[in-house]
Amino acid sequence: MDLRYTEADEKFRKELRAWLAAEVPKHPKPPPRHDWPARRVHDTGWQRKLFDAGYAGVNWPKEYGGRGATLTEELVYYEETARAHAPYIGMNFVGIRHGGPTVIAEGSELQKKQHLPRILRGEEVWCQGFSEPSAGSDLAALKTTAVRDGDHYVVNGHKIWTSFGQIADYCELLVRTNPDAPKHRGISWLIMPMDLPGIDVRPLPTLQGESDFAEMFLSDVRIPVEQLVGKEDDGWRITNVTLRFERGTAWAADIIELKEFLSDAARLAKKLTRDDATAWEDKTLRREIGHLAAEADALWALMKWQLSEIQKTGIPGLGGSALKLAFTELKQRVFELGTKLLGRAGLSRDDVASLPAEQILTQFLQSLSLTIAAGSSQVQRNIISERILGMPREPR
Amino acid sequence: MDFQLTEDQLALQSGLRSFCDDRYAFDRIAELEKAPIERARWSELAEMGVFSLRLPEAEGGVGLGMAEAVLVFAELARRVVPGPLLWSQLAAALVPGAATGETIVGGLDRWHESNEPLLIEYAEGIDTLLVLTRDGLHEVDARALSGTKVETPLDPLTPLTHVVHLPEWKRVAGPEQARQLRLEGTLLSAALQLGITEMTTELAVDYAKKREQFGRPIASFQAIKHFAADMHVRQEMARAVVYAAGATFDDPSVGDVERAVASARVVAGEAAMKNARTCVQIYGGMGYTWEMPPHYYLKRAFVLDNAFASGDDACETIAERIDA
Repeated sequence: MDLRYTEADEKFRKELRAWLAAEVPKHPKPPPRHDWPARRVHDTGWQRKLFDAGYAGVNWPKEYGGRGATLTEELVYYEETARAHAPYIGMNFVGIRHGGPTVIAEGSELQKKQHLPRILRGEEVWCQGFSEPSAGSDLAALKTTAVRDGDHYVVNGHKIWTSFGQIADYCELLVRTNPDAPKHRGISWLIMPMDLPGIDVRPLPTLQGESDFAEMFLSDVRIPVEQLVGKEDDGWRITNVTLRFERGTAWAADIIELKEFLSDAARLAKKLTRDDATAWEDKTLRREIGHLAAEADALWALMKWQLSEIQKTGIPGLGGSALKLAFTELKQRVFELGTKLLGRAGLSRDDVASLPAEQILTQFLQSLSLTIAAGSSQVQRNIISERILGMPREPR
Repeated sequence: MDFQLTEDQLALQSGLRSFCDDRYAFDRIAELEKAPIERARWSELAEMGVFSLRLPEAEGGVGLGMAEAVLVFAELARRVVPGPLLWSQLAAALVPGAATGETIVGGLDRWHESNEPLLIEYAEGIDTLLVLTRDGLHEVDARALSGTKVETPLDPLTPLTHVVHLPEWKRVAGPEQARQLRLEGTLLSAALQLGITEMTTELAVDYAKKREQFGRPIASFQAIKHFAADMHVRQEMARAVVYAAGATFDDPSVGDVERAVASARVVAGEAAMKNARTCVQIYGGMGYTWEMPPHYYLKRAFVLDNAFASGDDACETIAERIDA
């Protein structure tokens, strides 16, 4: 049980901290959420700066533009970027945290060379084409078909919750290549260029009032067979690899940001007046902040535990489900506390009376999506009970 | 960073597990209820190194740290091993004979001195009572204790005596040591709570796989599975935070020891209480009977919830240090 960072980790931390201190203040503030071209410049511009400084893809292989560093250094990266309030990963999310790691794990040499460096340089934005209107928690029920025609797949279907669909260059797309096989065994994982004819992306406003989501209608889209990742009909297994990345270390930055927010909340409570005293003098509120911070500490410890495990095995295990479940539910409770601190100021989405309503409400509302996306909390509980605890499977 | 158990730690853990599984098997619990402390069993625990674990080798101890101690205490709680385990361990360097088990040391935490009543655990089986106050640590000859034995203690394995006045004591350590001992006691309590959390999860899952209703094991029902999944998550969180607190205690360069211990206390304490209750629920009617194990864990969880720093104390500690 060794929680110490090595000298090399600490050296990396020092350099990164100095670089962030110089660069973060120089990067412009995020543009309005509806201004897609400006957001692209903002998000990918930051990614490019990271790349040029050698901080993109900390744990990705060097030959594809990554830093080739250890997972522990990646953890240091998350700690420092959260601490420095560096720009959010934004529309680089699917490529960096999801598609990229899957291509590293399962892609061909050509696919790796073609996509990984461009993702790291901020030249490629990816979106996710997994869910469908009738394939949500039951993702394997997806109906989008891909029929082989010479050296192309001809794809038809309807995808939903396609984050960044409006702006993406590539889509990680799940399709049914074998309608006769059992549902988990007829799925393939394709990289779809978003400029192909037959792709119609329509924005789908979220309860936040923005349109990061989209629906995607695919009509006779011809995707070259070289865009297949892994083997045909092996897409379900590959998807589980991808989802494990999404449920694994991908939360490191978010846990640190949660811890940061709890410190902010304590500072805010010390300034706020409630019933002729500061909010901090309210024992119940103070203890609740302490309680939530304890849980955040436990999550952070669990993250380190799982990371040490991955360092041995190379791939995130099933434990990521517990982490995902615990983190997403904790984040909701933390920002619910944030809304309590705001009181009536929380009826405004814009900052009122110098209270950070915009940040707290955006985070609170966003946290509602987290227990649904990437396998809902209920799906995670099924995974934990069936695959970790060995309880009998749901009828399916 | 390698936050996993080392080979030696795994060996220590499995050694203790075999010992406890054998000597404190559930079918012997009726014996334990009759005599929760018994010198021969206490000597065995001492031989296993339970009390001398953290004492330096030069002083006849095993020379291990808190990271190992939390593993050992989690194992003891998995079998609801009775006796003043915490106090005897904490007293190893302080009271002669505690490390070897020759002196059975109990204790009383009087950090909040106005709190009443004074209920002393195992008063009839111990030789020495350590009393912790903010001023220091004080030794009391247990034979001088007078009070009323509680007829029906909540935990049948934790007998209690109600004492109104403590007898004369001898001060054996100052305020700094008292603070330190309370910190250690809080962390080891959290380790015991982790053991309760782990075992109630295992018991509930095993029971649910065997118990059939509507022609199928109740473990196949989502309502039960989701309870079990939540128990598992609480267990993983509790384990990580307790181990992290152990490692931080041994090497304060990796974090704030007081906060790490307080977080362990909050998370493991809540996990123990919730998992023990859920275990009773999953056992159903059988969970409400004396003959089944869950109630012993639930009752022990209550005892531990009132040992050393409470959950509320720990939340305050974290709140105070949150900007640190």
